[in-house]
Amino acid sequence: MIGGFPIELLALQLFTGLALGSVFVLLAVGLSLIFGLLTVVNFAHGAFYMLGAYAGVFFIGYLGNFWLTLAVVPFAVGAVGLGVERWLVRPLYGRGIDYPLMLTFGLAYILVEVVRILFGAEGMPFDAPDALMGAVNIGVGYFPAYRLFVIAATAVLVVALWLFLEKTSYGLVIRAGARDSEIVRVLGIDISLVWLVVFGLGTAVAGLAGVLSAPMRSVFPDMGTTVLVEAFVVTVVGGMGSLAGAVVAGLLVGVVVSMTSLFAPAMAEVSMFALMALVLLVRPQGLFGKKGLMG
Amino acid sequence: MSDKVKSKLTRKFPGVSRRSVLKSAAVGATAIGAGPLMFNIAKAASETIRIGFPVPLTGPYGSEAQEQARCAQIAVDQFNAGGGLGGRMAELLVRDDKLKPGEAATRTLELIEKDKVHFVCGSLSASVQLSVNAVTKARGIIYVSISQSDAINEAKDFSKYTFHEAMNPHMTAGAVGRYAFPKFGKRVAFLIADYAYGHEMVRGFKQAGEAHGIEVVAEVTHPLASKDFSPFLPQIQAARPDVLCLCNFGYDQMNSLKQATGFGMKQQMQVLAPALLYNQRRAGGAGAYEGVIGGANYHWTLENSVASAKAFNDAYRKENEGAPPSDYGAYGYAGVGALLDGVKKAGTTDSDPVIAALEELKYDKYKGTQYYRKCDHQSVQSVFIIESKSKKDMANEYDVFDIVHTDEASEDVLRSCAELGHEA
Repeated sequence: MIGGFPIELLALQLFTGLALGSVFVLLAVGLSLIFGLLTVVNFAHGAFYMLGAYAGVFFIGYLGNFWLTLAVVPFAVGAVGLGVERWLVRPLYGRGIDYPLMLTFGLAYILVEVVRILFGAEGMPFDAPDALMGAVNIGVGYFPAYRLFVIAATAVLVVALWLFLEKTSYGLVIRAGARDSEIVRVLGIDISLVWLVVFGLGTAVAGLAGVLSAPMRSVFPDMGTTVLVEAFVVTVVGGMGSLAGAVVAGLLVGVVVSMTSLFAPAMAEVSMFALMALVLLVRPQGLFGKKGLMG
Repeated sequence: MSDKVKSKLTRKFPGVSRRSVLKSAAVGATAIGAGPLMFNIAKAASETIRIGFPVPLTGPYGSEAQEQARCAQIAVDQFNAGGGLGGRMAELLVRDDKLKPGEAATRTLELIEKDKVHFVCGSLSASVQLSVNAVTKARGIIYVSISQSDAINEAKDFSKYTFHEAMNPHMTAGAVGRYAFPKFGKRVAFLIADYAYGHEMVRGFKQAGEAHGIEVVAEVTHPLASKDFSPFLPQIQAARPDVLCLCNFGYDQMNSLKQATGFGMKQQMQVLAPALLYNQRRAGGAGAYEGVIGGANYHWTLENSVASAKAFNDAYRKENEGAPPSDYGAYGYAGVGALLDGVKKAGTTDSDPVIAALEELKYDKYKGTQYYRKCDHQSVQSVFIIESKSKKDMANEYDVFDIVHTDEASEDVLRSCAELGHEA
């Protein structure tokens, strides 16, 4: 017994926190990617996440298969992302960080409203596939099979992104472009194509997060609003633009929220912001962030 | 998919129907034609009966609010088709209160001062209705509230102008508890949205549970509009309850239910939701809701046994491509319908005679006989205990609930007048 709670409950609560944390990682990766490589603060991240969930509803009705849907949705949302970068964000590069911020802020409202008009305001049903229904005994208690799958999917996604960015020549070009776009351009590489791909990738990941979250968090037009906040907290705590930071911060935020929910449920929501404030006081650039990136 | 999208696109927001405009125009023309001498009398007798209807058309309950407005318009159309009040037609003025108490107060004030409404009906939130009520009672305008609240019955907020058509959390949670506790066990856990409505439902359950000797084994509150309920669920599982009461609403209910289902909790305990909503169930899917037992003011399948339900459904279906109305939509229909019945009975739109008429009224708009209790103007009505069907048992997409029990209309299930602070 610790603090009046049995050890098994605390262990399960901790595990729940890590699982919740992996959802936070999933939510934050796309945002972190776009910010880290383009210095674009994508306020439409939550809207792309919501688009992912609705694309999931659409494709699962059309294809009838969850796994196929999971494969198709990132491409569909990524395609929207490509269009947004090409025609909306691109003209704003070099004008300061607040221009794309304002643009994506407005875009988020438009996307939500379009979905509301097309699909209605009350939301759509979306169930986990039959194979992942139900709970699995993980030793300290029962845990939803679907959440275990989401943890695995997030791990695969993060590793794949890391390999792509760090170990491939495309990744090398992308990282070089983020560090000094001028030189990359001089070397004869079409940097605007690189930025296009990165933005598309970031939105595709947001879409994937949306469809993966749909069976847990329901599908409705405003589902992205709170997600944006959660993703920002994780990104800021981890350090803007750091993939490793997003992973560590996501898990940390998950555990903090979960433990607070047990000991002081009224504080559950506030706890992640308290954590953020604390981190910012000690390390203003975030846990893994580089100093002066925003300057 | 495409049919569904199309039907949503074509289902326009119901304002004043063309028919009702033409009718009042015709009546107006007759009055003018009656000549200058008759003009004043004719004007008073033909002045449109205006009902303000503030509901949260935008925001999380938007679809529910539009449904309420659609149903209220049906009540108005029926009143007008029946000749109105000796030729005086009724008109519904729908406004968006954005689910905010301040906004609702402003809109209500505008409706009264600028649009000169005779009555107000509406709201879809416990706190918003109190704010509307504060405005209407100060100006002596009758207000029929159509969303759940315990506070509105209490003497502190009540005035003679206040009527409450919706059920209240006390009677809903009580009915569900009385049905479920003897059946499923005494060990009870609560998952509570941390606001007035959540705590009101808990109180209703506990009072109903006293007679059955329930033991509260877990009481977990969560912040309003939580997205992830997973951190709240392990403690409930660890407490090993027989019954879990979800004392939350809307998306909170849907998400907590989805996630509890994921945790396999429905195999371990019976899940109860005091306000089990039709639209929320349809958005949440059969899987998450299957087997959940809850309370409702209405489910359209009531038409198999109640004639007024059949009539209401048919009127609604005619205008909505065969889809049946929702539970909260029915509140809009009954609230405005009962009010207009009262007007007809009183023969005037003046507040005091209409209040007297409403207090005497026995009305059957959609679910069997109802009446307003004298002391707090709470509508005494039956509560239906419903169980969510599994996908394979559904006859069609609208067939989502089974009515498993009816708690007949009775003042016994309400808190007593004395308990609420009313004299005698």
